[in-house]
Amino acid sequence: MTDAALTASAAAAGAPQGIRAAVERRLKKRHAAERRFRAYGLIAIAVAIAFLGVLLTRIVVQGHGAFMANSMEMQVRLDPARIDATDIQGANYDLIIADQMVAKLGIADPTGDKGMEMKDLLSTDLGFQALDKLRADPKLMGSTLTLSAPLGADADLYFKGEMRRSTPEGERTLNDSQLDMLDQMKAAGMIQQHFNWGLFTRGDSTHPEQAGLLGAVVGSAMMLLVTALLAVPIGVLAAVYLEEFAPKNPLTTFIEVNINNLAAVPSIVYGLLGLAVFIHWMGLPRGSPLVGGLVLALMALPTVIIATRSSLKAVPPSIREAALGVGASRTQAVFGHVLPLAMPGVMTGAILALAHALGETAPLLMIGMIAFVQGSPDSFLSSASTLPTQIFIWENASERAFHPLTAAAIIVLLVFMIVMNAAAIVLRRAFERRW
Amino acid sequence: MVWIVFLGLLLFSFGTYVLARRKAVAGAKGSQGRPHSLAGYHGAYAALWSAVPALVLLFLLIAFGGRLETALLSADLPAAVQQMPVQNRELFINDVQAVARGDHPSDTVYEPALQQALKDKAAESARLSQIITWSGWALAGVLAVLGALLALPRIAPQFRARNRVEGWIGGLLVLCSTVAVLTTLGIVASLLYESLRFFSEISPVEFLFGTHWSPQIAMRADQVGSSGGFGAVPLFVGTFLVMIIAMLVAAPVGLFSAIYLSEYAGRFARAWVKPVLEILAGVPTVVYGFFAALTVGPAFRAFFNMIGQGLVGGPLDGLGMYLLGVQNQMALVAGVVMGIMLIPFVSSLSDDILNSVPQSLRDGSYAMGATKSETVKKVLLPAALPGIAAAMLLAVSRAIGETMIVTMAAGLQAKITANPLDTVTTVTVQIVTLLTGDQEFDSAKTLSAFGLGLTLFVVTLLLNIVALRIVQAYREQYD
Repeated sequence: MTDAALTASAAAAGAPQGIRAAVERRLKKRHAAERRFRAYGLIAIAVAIAFLGVLLTRIVVQGHGAFMANSMEMQVRLDPARIDATDIQGANYDLIIADQMVAKLGIADPTGDKGMEMKDLLSTDLGFQALDKLRADPKLMGSTLTLSAPLGADADLYFKGEMRRSTPEGERTLNDSQLDMLDQMKAAGMIQQHFNWGLFTRGDSTHPEQAGLLGAVVGSAMMLLVTALLAVPIGVLAAVYLEEFAPKNPLTTFIEVNINNLAAVPSIVYGLLGLAVFIHWMGLPRGSPLVGGLVLALMALPTVIIATRSSLKAVPPSIREAALGVGASRTQAVFGHVLPLAMPGVMTGAILALAHALGETAPLLMIGMIAFVQGSPDSFLSSASTLPTQIFIWENASERAFHPLTAAAIIVLLVFMIVMNAAAIVLRRAFERRW
Repeated sequence: MVWIVFLGLLLFSFGTYVLARRKAVAGAKGSQGRPHSLAGYHGAYAALWSAVPALVLLFLLIAFGGRLETALLSADLPAAVQQMPVQNRELFINDVQAVARGDHPSDTVYEPALQQALKDKAAESARLSQIITWSGWALAGVLAVLGALLALPRIAPQFRARNRVEGWIGGLLVLCSTVAVLTTLGIVASLLYESLRFFSEISPVEFLFGTHWSPQIAMRADQVGSSGGFGAVPLFVGTFLVMIIAMLVAAPVGLFSAIYLSEYAGRFARAWVKPVLEILAGVPTVVYGFFAALTVGPAFRAFFNMIGQGLVGGPLDGLGMYLLGVQNQMALVAGVVMGIMLIPFVSSLSDDILNSVPQSLRDGSYAMGATKSETVKKVLLPAALPGIAAAMLLAVSRAIGETMIVTMAAGLQAKITANPLDTVTTVTVQIVTLLTGDQEFDSAKTLSAFGLGLTLFVVTLLLNIVALRIVQAYREQYD
């Protein structure tokens, strides 16, 4: 741009050699600037991709362990000397089982300390199982049961290498003698490592080794069902009205502006709306999939409307005109011809909106989906947890063993989202039509 | 049970559909000339009349039946209950309903007299809800039959059934498109209503300009609505600090990636990089929160502690000591992770904006001998400036409203500071903290969350309106 001026001034100096050198110097500088600028762009993209890489790697690294579990099978004698037959609930089953384990390993335990240490290694699930069986059939007293259960959370961490012997004893939750016992159990072949099915068959629990995602997955599915049943039909019909029927007047302009603004309202505000309207005013139950689904449906609505409108716009007017030309009414033309042709785009948009809703957390915290829920919700009105809120709850848990579980829950959530997004992409590829 | 009612209604209206259809077909055979509408429209007309009014009633019953019961139940409470404070009275009614449903009531201990009242009221509640439910269902049945009886006689060859049905469809369409407006109204009304209750206890001036935020303390009985607990300035400062850090990360990275993608990248790079950035956009915020709390937080802390270790004992001993005390939860962590979250948002918006700058401007610049970067810096960016400013405003609005990352990584201490290594709290964090967990709905503490929510809503709305205006004006300029 300034080359002309430059050349002119150099020419005035009357040295052709000088001009050339000056231009080349300047050109070099400009090209260097060009390369720098290009590098900035590349660096920016590299940074963004690196962030994504670190994020995903960290989650996989933290979470993969939770997909495997260490469990054990053991013979438990329901010792009448330690269980009061008139008060079977009063006995400390965990300790009885732990003492038997210590005896089986051949460890002398005169003070009972070893038994207490062993108790911390085993899951309380063993004790519950023993109590349940005995309560169901009191005649079992004195007999020997075969029970299998996951290992306690801390012991599990040790076998997964998350807790190392090299760490100073005071900084880990298990002491040296407990680690010795674990090594003995391992050597005796009592401990098996296997895929952690419990992650998908159990509900939430305060004990990490017994905690699973079933309740959260079911809760999320129920909530998403409510969202889909509300947001998709309402969104599609609203878009059809605005795109195909609405007269151009201030009211419809207002509605359009409104929808655009709703799409940008922070999600937590929707949570406040849900709390005030659905829970406080209408009296629907707190933390239920119904209320969660309602709130998410309101959030997903603008997205569905915008996606539907753009795919309706893409259907060429000739389709409408042809339908009207052979005598169809406007309703028939739209519902019989335009909408079916726009359907792939509509479904893609709807699935993407639902995938986004699946990961939404903040509004669910507002409407009370943060309570501890054991098992899976049995109706749309009962208290439920969902995948994202479960992640939030576990992340807040103080026990170290919940961290891999949280990451595992994130992996499950991301897998669901990837499946939904992939479905949307496949749908778009399969049915996309260019006019 | 309610499903059976719905199913019955569905079956009934299907029956009316069949009947009306048959009648239309029979009528068409008997008459001269073509009937006005297809038989299916006649059927649909009758089915709509038999199903819709009853359905509306059933939904009203589900949505408001509980409130009606509570209202009736509260109408004649025993004198002892009526003298209780409002909160205890509500608790009592909740317990009554829990007992009536067979759930566990709360752990409140009632005096013997009240226990008797509780039992009586529970029986009454069970009876009331039965009456409401059954009479609602009966009324729905009557409506369904009435609708069918009204519609069926009108079926005739010359009856304009199609137009009627299309009228119903048109009504449904309008109804659906007003849901969006109703949502806005709902947001505004609920925020305003609860905020007004809050501002009747705490003056708005104190809320907006006060510098002391400690709503928890105001919970104590001797300090109800005490002065000084609800000054939100520390929250605004914290929100602003986190937002600035986020934008310092997101704006350059996002903008430069957009420039590279739209001006330099080949078809292949575009096809790969854009989806990757979209993945970054699709990651749920709770995942970013987890990443911030358990990866970025500890990493930053270790980094600053290490620097502190090096500085302690040297000339910068004070700074070293400070860095040694840095915690996991700091504004910097929340801000940086939020910035990562915003990168794809900024980049895709800027990409759109850059692409909408007419090619002729680029061509003109190249023709003058300008390099690509010179074209970008001197031609494209000035031309796209309003659009990019709008994109940044939208990103700011997102950053302000983002909740999970700050909730999990920023902390809870309300203080006025510009130090990114300090723990700060934001508006959204406080809303979450104030409203999670069980609590009554009437304390100033809970209501203050709605005051914060209203502020948040107004600010983000203004940002969005301004940004959308700018984008619109900008589009028109080049279209």
